[in-house]
Amino acid sequence: MIDEVAEKDKQARKKVEPKTGKGETRKIEVAHQEPGTENKAVKMKADDVCAWFGEKQALFSVNMDIREKEVTAIIGPSGCGKSTLIRCFNRMHETVASAKFTGDILLGSESIFSPKMDPVVVRRRVGMVFQKPTPFPTLSIYDNVVVGLRLNGVRDKKTLDEVVEKSLRKAALWEEVKDSLQKAGAALSGGQQQRLCIARALAVELEVLLMDEPCSALDPISTSKVEELIHELRQNYTIIIVTHNMQQAARVSQKTAFMLNGKLIEHDATEKVFTNPSNKLTEDYITGRFG
Amino acid sequence: MQISFDEELSGLKEKILLMGSKVEEAIRLAMKSLVDRDSKLARQVIQSDRDVNDLEIEVDEMCHRLLALHQPMASDMRFITSAMKINSDLERMGDLAVNIAERALTLNEVAPLKPFIDIPHMSKIAQEMVKVSLDSLVNKDPVMAKKVCERDDEVDNLNDQIIRELISYMLEDRANIKRALDLILVSRYLERVADHATNVAEDVIYMVQGKDIRHRRG
Repeated sequence: MIDEVAEKDKQARKKVEPKTGKGETRKIEVAHQEPGTENKAVKMKADDVCAWFGEKQALFSVNMDIREKEVTAIIGPSGCGKSTLIRCFNRMHETVASAKFTGDILLGSESIFSPKMDPVVVRRRVGMVFQKPTPFPTLSIYDNVVVGLRLNGVRDKKTLDEVVEKSLRKAALWEEVKDSLQKAGAALSGGQQQRLCIARALAVELEVLLMDEPCSALDPISTSKVEELIHELRQNYTIIIVTHNMQQAARVSQKTAFMLNGKLIEHDATEKVFTNPSNKLTEDYITGRFG
Repeated sequence: MQISFDEELSGLKEKILLMGSKVEEAIRLAMKSLVDRDSKLARQVIQSDRDVNDLEIEVDEMCHRLLALHQPMASDMRFITSAMKINSDLERMGDLAVNIAERALTLNEVAPLKPFIDIPHMSKIAQEMVKVSLDSLVNKDPVMAKKVCERDDEVDNLNDQIIRELISYMLEDRANIKRALDLILVSRYLERVADHATNVAEDVIYMVQGKDIRHRRG
């Protein structure tokens, strides 16, 4: 299945090469398309991604198209490389001292590793929300949201006010905090802190939101609020979520990718993966009959 | 956790097969009560439908519990949703056996209209379809299941033929109408049995292959 997809990908690329002249930039518009997503462009693309921590290889030739304005869930057992993969997507992998990386990752049609790309800009366009909410504990709610803009030198009070309201509204937090914007970020509940982190990511010119187990530290009510929010954000953003909760993957995503031992085993429409997966390993994992 | 889930799944399968064997037996005995003019047997068939009805409820409860407590996915999910559909098909077949037995009770009170030839033949095919559909469930065998679906036309044709013949009896003599009508109903019940067996087979194919072949979509 994966091989088939890779093969089709190759053929598709071959077809467009003559048009791109020297082939200096790879075209991705004609890449393989999963059923039901014919109109969605590829937002991010992992191309033969391998990653190491010291001597240990964590990812093996991962090829993956992430379509825009869709939620892609990455599932797999602990240590399968799913967090490593999404940390590659915004160049956080390279912040680990012993980390190595080969292959390429495209954002739109540009490589995020190209010399023109500033890693800081990449991380602004491809934001990340972590398992444990990470607001700046002593900063106020207001300052937490605009911290990115301030670092970029935005000082205009009116602009900042607007961004705060807009981002908090988008993160479905505004109604709960609009009267206490000066309270410390740490004073919020876990679920609210997580949504504050999402608002902080939205305040800059975000395009892709990476979420690494965003709900595993939250109670069911906060979880459902975050899931609802993911659903809303999908209208405007591309989202990649790593989760151990299979029901969550099934609920929130349109595409599901299953990883095992650093390899991408299956990547298909969520409905297909959870009702009739193509690969026996996927079937065994999601039905809990692993190993 | 996984072990108890697997045990419950195989328990569910056993319960469905038990129900299937009871339904097979009910159809067989209902036909026997008709052909042998055995009204005592017919009443027995009507009585024993209660077991099938109880099993239907038990199977549904098992399925609901498995869905709620384990949130099954992929082949497990397909097995349980198929089980629920097979369950109601089997229960309907049980009801049809009762309907046949009821017609037998009426027909056994009056002189036979004609010797039984086509109806027992049709019944034989329908019963085989039920049996093979259940075997395909046991063996998770889509090829076997496909064969059941293919035989449905045979039964439909026999049904048409039987109805045509009985209508000619009705036209011949008005005194035949009541008996011919009862026999038409029996034929129709058997045709419905074959339809339900086909449904079971289609569910087995979905369960095994995740492929929906209903309504000529295969």
